[in-house]
Amino acid sequence: MADAAALGETARELREAYESGRTRSVAWRQAQLRGLLRLLQEKEAEAFRALHDDLGKHHAEAFRDEVGVLVKSANAALRELGRWMAPEKVWVPLIAFPASAQVVPEPLGVVLVFSCWNVPLGLSLEPLIGAVAAGNAVLLKPSELAPSTARFLGDNIGRYMDAAAVKVVQGGPEVGEQLMEHRWDKVLFTGSPRIARMVMAAASRHLTPVALELGGKCPCIFDSIAGARDLRFAVNRVVGAKWSPCAGQACIAIDYVLVEERFLPTLLKMLKSTLKSFFPEADHMARIVNARHFERLRALLKDTSVAASVVHGGSMDAKNLYIEPTILLNPPLDSAIMTEEIFGPLLPIITVKKIEDSVAFVRARPKPLAIYAFTGNASLRRRIEEETSSGSLVFNDAVVQYAIDALPFGGVGESGFGQYHGKYSFEMFSHRKAVMKRGYLIELMLRYPPWDESKVALMRHLYRFDYFSFVLRFLGLRR
Amino acid sequence: MAEEVARELRASFKAGRTRPAEWRAAQLRALVRMIEEKEADISAALHADLAKPTMESYLHEISLAKAACKFALKGMNSWVKPEKVPAAITTFPSSAQIVSEPLGVVLIISAWNYPFLLSIDPVIGAIAAGNAVVLKPSEIAPATSSLFAKLLPEYVDNSCIKVVEGGVPETTDLLEQKWDKIFYTGNGTVGRIVMAAAAKHLTPVALELGGKCPVIVDSDVDLHVAVKRIAVGKWGCNNGQACIAPDYIITTKSFAPQLVDSLKRVLERFYGQDPLQSEDLSRIVNSKHFQRLTNLIEDKKVADKIVYGGQADEKQLKIAPTVLLDVPLDSELMTEEIFGPILPILTVEKIEESIDFVNSKTKPLAAYLFTKNKKLQDNFVSNVPAGGMLVNDVALHLANPHLPFGGVGDSGMGSYHGKFSFDCFSHKKAVLIRGFGGEATARYPPYTQEKQKILRGLINGSFIALILALLGFPREKR
Repeated sequence: MADAAALGETARELREAYESGRTRSVAWRQAQLRGLLRLLQEKEAEAFRALHDDLGKHHAEAFRDEVGVLVKSANAALRELGRWMAPEKVWVPLIAFPASAQVVPEPLGVVLVFSCWNVPLGLSLEPLIGAVAAGNAVLLKPSELAPSTARFLGDNIGRYMDAAAVKVVQGGPEVGEQLMEHRWDKVLFTGSPRIARMVMAAASRHLTPVALELGGKCPCIFDSIAGARDLRFAVNRVVGAKWSPCAGQACIAIDYVLVEERFLPTLLKMLKSTLKSFFPEADHMARIVNARHFERLRALLKDTSVAASVVHGGSMDAKNLYIEPTILLNPPLDSAIMTEEIFGPLLPIITVKKIEDSVAFVRARPKPLAIYAFTGNASLRRRIEEETSSGSLVFNDAVVQYAIDALPFGGVGESGFGQYHGKYSFEMFSHRKAVMKRGYLIELMLRYPPWDESKVALMRHLYRFDYFSFVLRFLGLRR
Repeated sequence: MAEEVARELRASFKAGRTRPAEWRAAQLRALVRMIEEKEADISAALHADLAKPTMESYLHEISLAKAACKFALKGMNSWVKPEKVPAAITTFPSSAQIVSEPLGVVLIISAWNYPFLLSIDPVIGAIAAGNAVVLKPSEIAPATSSLFAKLLPEYVDNSCIKVVEGGVPETTDLLEQKWDKIFYTGNGTVGRIVMAAAAKHLTPVALELGGKCPVIVDSDVDLHVAVKRIAVGKWGCNNGQACIAPDYIITTKSFAPQLVDSLKRVLERFYGQDPLQSEDLSRIVNSKHFQRLTNLIEDKKVADKIVYGGQADEKQLKIAPTVLLDVPLDSELMTEEIFGPILPILTVEKIEESIDFVNSKTKPLAAYLFTKNKKLQDNFVSNVPAGGMLVNDVALHLANPHLPFGGVGDSGMGSYHGKFSFDCFSHKKAVLIRGFGGEATARYPPYTQEKQKILRGLINGSFIALILALLGFPREKR
């Protein structure tokens, strides 16, 4: 665990490494990305072990949600790096001739990434990919609540990447606080709104720009699906998006479901049978990360009316930190389970009279990181698109948007701000510098004082890009 | 008061008033009309606040504001269209797009030096993006502030676009409310306060701040043209009270005398023998800043370095263009942003040293270089971080709506102008639409060896894995 002096030293070393210019070259950036790929390949078994230690993640889940996605992202970054780094030429008005203008991406400098415990590898390394691709020096602070993964990162990052410019620091909230005393060129924070407020407030002292990846209650609007096959697939996807990602401990996992009253029996029956076939044994679902979160989830069911609404599951094993996939039906809307982000394997189902009512239900609540809707109804789809707001919106599936490079990943409102994945990761850690160049060939005297009305008149034409009138007036052929 | 304003705007936004393209276009057209019909009033207000010459008011505020409105009107239809993006093989079949949606209700806090433009410009972006807006113009430019309070309600939809006037108490009140974005133009001290207040509500911010904008002048230039451009960029922009005005010059020891000479000649041609009498120079905005600036040049450390100017008239709040040579690096003139008609010139042995010097200071909003030497230009562009930069001219880049305008580091965060204004006030929502066609059972537990193989292939974009998955492999036992 690092102390204040050591942290200061780390920050200074990273600044020195950045100022030396070593992180700027294409070669350096490619080397970091290749190093990361080698790490993920050579140490895959250790990574799986760490994720299993920390969260009881089955290695297939660990591959699907973390390792596999990271390999894809690093490969994509290597492929696209040249394009991302290239300056973009932009239009210049004729009046400025001769001139050229472009937007040049440059690294921000030394950036700090706070990761989270639930996807501890992915939420550390996905931002790292963007930060090094953009040419920054990086300090990564993994979550202490996933200690095996934190240790895995601490042991290996320096070996596979440039240890002078890419560092890992271990510790909890105190270390986080101490880190924020220093000046960074950008801070990415993934976690809870409470801590995010503190991070942003601390960043404001140095005018450090921040990106906050928070969560929210991601609703799933489940319309009646015609066709047995489609219905089965839809339920597969709902179950796969609630309980499969880290037992529901994921910012984009489905938090609760909205369904029409008359369709509830069908949905409930299929959820139960799908749960049975997906999770025949406990070890295909992750466990709860620690006792504190276990108690938090247990407390959500304490309220008698909430407990009474449990229609499936509910059993909890404190020793193994295991909570069975649990379904609740219409718990009170003001109960904690319906006002706080659940982040666990408890699924409330809220029934509505007409499925269209779910739009108002979702609108009345804080903007979540994702909204999911299973429907074939085009007008419902349009209403959801236009009347709700969320980080992302997915129709007829859930969680998969995480793996699509071309889609920006991030929140809005209470679910945060700033986006990454794919080229957005590169942009998150870059400054887009406007660069304009001129020559001496042509000089427009009317730019300069002393002023008179004729100069104003000429200017009016120019600003309308009315070159013809400008020339006429300039030549004195027009008053 | 602020709470009421926030509540009303939120109700208007929720009611959907600001969403339709016709509403947005109508507001922007109204703004164009306002600028055209009230040009004289706007000029008069700018003159009252800053003694701004009419030409500058027209060139730098009125025409740019109108151009920004028109640019938004023209571009809006394409900006609001969703952007189709490639979905991945992993989720085949699916279609993906990025939809721009308004953030909601935004707060725009403007500055005093370009009080008209710096208010209208962000408001244009906010409206084009479909937001409800509250504008807080700077109280240090009171004539322009009350002009907004009077005029805007006459032209735009007052239920969705409001003006709140006032100073620190009113601004503090506004900052306590919850907004969906805050856009602030001004200095770093208040910028920190704005960001800290925004942190309480997790509100994203854009901060357009300032800094010491350096001008590196090489000996390999068309000196007369270069000096004219520097002069008009410095004193022709609100008498140096502009965030992108040249703050200081760096040149070689050997070239400095010629540079100073040329500057003197150009300044006399622009503003005459007695610049304090020239109508073509803005005055200093108020006595506080007047004192601050006169203190800077009366500082014992620098007083003997004045090579031109130095005259000041407290009654008129006018300070003449003043040039100093080789001031000590630890003088206040070289540590604070000047924001006035004072121009220190520093000298180095070799021009390349100027790049290190510029980088030793905080990242400025703009950096300028005058040279014909391509290598120096490349070195400058690659190695000097700045909001924006211009080679062989000054300030012009802000008038190009295709260039993002904003700072980095101490000069701010976020950018705007042109489509960037629209983006600044939008949320880019990722939308993925799937069908039920491609069902990859490999995604789901229980996790068998077979599934894992296919999963690996799918995530790596393997076409064969896709085919297998689509064909229903691995086969499930029913």
